Amino acid sequence: MSDTNAKSVSYVRDTMLDEQTPPLAEVGVIKWVRENLFSGPLNTVLTIISLYVVYWIVSHIGPWLVNGIWDAGSLTECRAIRNATLGEGASAACFAVITERWPQLIFGFYPRDAYWRPVLALVVFLLGIAPILFDSLPRKMLVGTVATPFVMYMLLWGGSIWGPIVIGLGFIVGVFAFRFLAAINALLGTIGAILGPILFWLLLAGPLISVLNGATTIGLPFISSKEFGGFTLSVVIGISAIILSLPLGILLALGRQSDLPIIKYSAVVFIEVIRGVPLIVWLFTASLLLNYFLPPGTNFDLMLRVIIMVTLFSAAYIAEVVRGGLAALPKGQYEAADALGLDYWKSMRLIILPQALKISIPGIVNTFIGLFKDTTLVVFIGLLDPIGLAGAIRASTEWNGVYWELFLFIGIMFFIFCYSMGRYSQYLEKKLQREHR
Amino acid sequence: MKKTVLFGALTVTGLVAGVASAATLDDVKARGTLNCGVSTGLAGFSVPDANGVWKGFDVGVCRALAAAVLGDPMAVEFVPTTGQTRFTALASGEIDILARNTTWTFSRDVDLKFDFVGVNYYDGQGFMVPKALGVSSAKELDGATVCIQTGTTTELNLADFFRTNNISYEPVPIETNAEAQQQYLAGACDVYTTDASGLAATRATFENPGDHILLPEIISKEPLGPLVRHGDNEWADITRWTLNALIAAEELGVTSANVAELAAAPTDNPEINRLLGSEGELGAMLGLAPNWALNAIAAGGNYGELFEQNIGESTPIGLARGLNAKWTEGGLIYSPPFR
Repeated sequence: MSDTNAKSVSYVRDTMLDEQTPPLAEVGVIKWVRENLFSGPLNTVLTIISLYVVYWIVSHIGPWLVNGIWDAGSLTECRAIRNATLGEGASAACFAVITERWPQLIFGFYPRDAYWRPVLALVVFLLGIAPILFDSLPRKMLVGTVATPFVMYMLLWGGSIWGPIVIGLGFIVGVFAFRFLAAINALLGTIGAILGPILFWLLLAGPLISVLNGATTIGLPFISSKEFGGFTLSVVIGISAIILSLPLGILLALGRQSDLPIIKYSAVVFIEVIRGVPLIVWLFTASLLLNYFLPPGTNFDLMLRVIIMVTLFSAAYIAEVVRGGLAALPKGQYEAADALGLDYWKSMRLIILPQALKISIPGIVNTFIGLFKDTTLVVFIGLLDPIGLAGAIRASTEWNGVYWELFLFIGIMFFIFCYSMGRYSQYLEKKLQREHR
Repeated sequence: MKKTVLFGALTVTGLVAGVASAATLDDVKARGTLNCGVSTGLAGFSVPDANGVWKGFDVGVCRALAAAVLGDPMAVEFVPTTGQTRFTALASGEIDILARNTTWTFSRDVDLKFDFVGVNYYDGQGFMVPKALGVSSAKELDGATVCIQTGTTTELNLADFFRTNNISYEPVPIETNAEAQQQYLAGACDVYTTDASGLAATRATFENPGDHILLPEIISKEPLGPLVRHGDNEWADITRWTLNALIAAEELGVTSANVAELAAAPTDNPEINRLLGSEGELGAMLGLAPNWALNAIAAGGNYGELFEQNIGESTPIGLARGLNAKWTEGGLIYSPPFR
């Protein structure tokens, strides 16, 4: 057989060709560049324009950043150092303002020897919220989570330890009232759970606190809200509002879908009124208008007023986001829950809300990120958040004239907070994904 | 400085009856601190330093008042206020005195129901231009682009000035002084106009202050002073005469350095004796300790010292006394006699 072939064909290759390296234009960087950046005349032009823009930005900002001066006592000194080392008129940032003022930008007017308190409060917060965020952690940590708000209050504001403890006792009273009364009747249990703590706080808490204070005083030095500023202020307002507005928003969303007209229309009016007016107006209301409604001489903490307003504002948005999630569920889910004989709260808790909230996660986190950034609006009512402090720092004779450096620092700090929230939301979405992939 | 009065007027009119005019002096004494409204940060007038301690010319007035009333210049709680919140904060009783370089105007004094207790700085609106523009008078600014803070009386003054002189301009609206500096230096406008003190402070921060000049025209009157609520005349008297004590002290040569010595024994000058409490009963008439003025002057010095330390020619802001020189030297700073 081989003979016939040998006769009719002049040459037969009997070994395989060695593997050749592919042509240069078809591999690696060059291929990627050719396919993605220079695949046609239009893309080539766009690439060249983009490259020029990138070059222009880097060549203008790069030296300014790299030459940044970190150690100087004032802007004038910065300029003198720059003239001595880089020559007159060179571009150099004066980051010395950050070196000198970063504690102020972070902690505001908080007493210097108490800086550990907000830091520890943040650690406590992260530990407290961890079991909620990550379900791989032991469930026992949730006990600590319940205590977290009270510990944080103690750390941030200080004062006698008995105040937060007695307020916390009120919640325990509520739990017990529910346990005992719910055994008799579910509705009675709910009423008891609401009225019990309120009666406890109104009637018993005050005397109890003063008795305990009289017995022994344990606690940290009290630090008033006026001392809060910078990122401490932003984070405290942001975190409080985020944590309070989520449950409130969910309740509002359920209320809006309720069959009971009073509940339904109260929720609708609340949401539409709060949402229909800009946040800045609500902040002005909190800081200016409330002063007139309150009896003269009452000192209703401005920061607390702001937290309440921001909470209500974001609760209205959360409510609408959650309502979107509720509306996205097929009607069959509601009917299936009813068919199982679950009561309203059980069907919501076990069937409807887990699905609706999962759909709403991106929207909820989006609202939270917006809310956190909106805390900078408090600058307009005279609270010194990072932006307000940047203005105050710039007003000092040493740093008058510094501009971008402060905003850069503030921007990076906000980016870190908001980006982490965004990443967590993506992690959560991935983890909860149950649909066909 | 002169942010629109509208917001303040709207909210303040809601307060027809006014906050009960309980004696502010008693409140302050009971509280142990003075609540003083200042700006959220204005070079030379009220600025927190790196340790969060407020400093400045307006702050000095509050410290002197706290020293006079409570004997401790540090017993002041500073409340930062914005142009919008300042009047409500005062009217609602959140602060006891507003020292936030606020211009004394008819409507603020009468309609908003406040009492201006005096003037601690005579300001006026001026113009700054680059030297390269070759302009020596504001009347030559025909067709210029002007950086101006929106919603302030400077905007209205500017319009008036250009209209009366029959020349045109193009406004470049900006929000804050910091933004104005950037815009002006970037060449977005030929002229920057605001209070002359603000212009001087801004120019001092430039890399080359010599390249810019302040034009000689001052086109408005801006008497800046501390103010208190209507209806508590005792408290208004205390604040007015504390400010006057600082002014009189400069005139009489009483400084923070020699005040203790002068007060220790009666001097030859009866007015100094009355001021410092070694003669007469002036302190008791105000309801204060006899050494009230001594404490006020010791807190930060007399008017001239406060001026020099915070905004005077030895500071980077470098303002000359000008109109704010004492009356014996051709200025307007004048205190009624202490007798």
